[in-house]
Amino acid sequence: MDHKSPEWVLDLGFVTLIFNLSTVMMLLVTAAIVFLIAFISTRHLALKPTGMQNFMEWVMDFVKGIIGGNMDWKTGSRFHVLGITLIMFVAVANLLGLPFAIIYDDYLWWKSPTADPTVTMTLAAMVLVLTHYYGVKLQGTGEYTKGFFRPMSFMFPLKIIEEFANTLTLGLRLYGNIYAGEILLSLIAGLATSSVLGAVGAIVPMMAWQGFSIFIGFIQAFIFTMLTMVYMAHKVSHDH
Amino acid sequence: MVFVDNLVLGASGSGLNTGDILATVIIFGVLLLLLKKFAWGPLMGIMQQREELVASEIDAAEKARKETHALLEEQKALLKEARTEAQTIVEGAKKQADATREEIVSAARNEAARLKESAVRDIEAEREKAIAAVREEVVSLSVLAASKVLGKEISEADNSALIKETIAKAGEAK
Repeated sequence: MDHKSPEWVLDLGFVTLIFNLSTVMMLLVTAAIVFLIAFISTRHLALKPTGMQNFMEWVMDFVKGIIGGNMDWKTGSRFHVLGITLIMFVAVANLLGLPFAIIYDDYLWWKSPTADPTVTMTLAAMVLVLTHYYGVKLQGTGEYTKGFFRPMSFMFPLKIIEEFANTLTLGLRLYGNIYAGEILLSLIAGLATSSVLGAVGAIVPMMAWQGFSIFIGFIQAFIFTMLTMVYMAHKVSHDH
Repeated sequence: MVFVDNLVLGASGSGLNTGDILATVIIFGVLLLLLKKFAWGPLMGIMQQREELVASEIDAAEKARKETHALLEEQKALLKEARTEAQTIVEGAKKQADATREEIVSAARNEAARLKESAVRDIEAEREKAIAAVREEVVSLSVLAASKVLGKEISEADNSALIKETIAKAGEAK
């Protein structure tokens, strides 16, 4: 489990960027898979949907339901695209690390991008920044600022903490679930490769944990999207 | 101790992975835009279109239903009207037939009466004529007979007048 990350340092002079190449690659793979799924399934659009179009429409309606449960559709429709992309991206990212991990020269290349805290925290921070952006855009700066003093003005420090807590929990929940899943998978894989007896003993827990991880992957994608919309609703709706 | 290292956040890196942050945001952003343009946009469009189609179909069905209902009502009214009209016509025809029958019967009756009357009149006239002829004959015979009896020639005209009067009286008495 003590694998190294293939790091690549880009020195631009004024700033130094450190890339984990495996994370970047897995992000690209995730993006490519999501795009291909969505692109292929929306090639032959028909008023009477068939095959993959049905699936994509189901995903759309599902996300629409998540948004609709938090705010009215007039406000929420603008987050529809964000919601679908998030849920697809996170779900695919969660599942990518399940079938195998590729370790080359002690460097871990193939993993779930969401098993990297940098990625999940970036996504969470991005979502929170978006909630503040839309909070100001839809409510106006005055209303947005007043939101920090509701329901009582002494709640202000708590409200500030809440913003950071939201970001942290949103990102770390996803990271923790997926990373733990991968750790356990690699432990079981280690058991399986240790001996013949270990391989026989590892089959059942491996299958069980992979099945459970698939479930966790989808659930976490759903929770991530759901919480995104909850935080969004807190900022853009009047009745919250 | 090696295992514990895995539990430390970002333990694998040698600092903050700023590049990863940038890469995540850019990749997600580009994916979002691409999907919006190539997948979600068209899909939302078609779903919107379907929604509109369903709404318009429902409207059309409702309209058709109303139209059908109106047509049905109209047909019903027309049928009723036609039935009433037919009844009126039949009644009129019956009445007319009755009238015509009455007319024909009375005309026939009148004709018969007229014929009978004229026949009676004809008979009467014939009788009168016959009686007159008989009277003439009787007068002339009487005159002849009287002249023969009396042997005396009298003015036939005078006698004739006398006899006619007598016969007329006799006729009245009869």
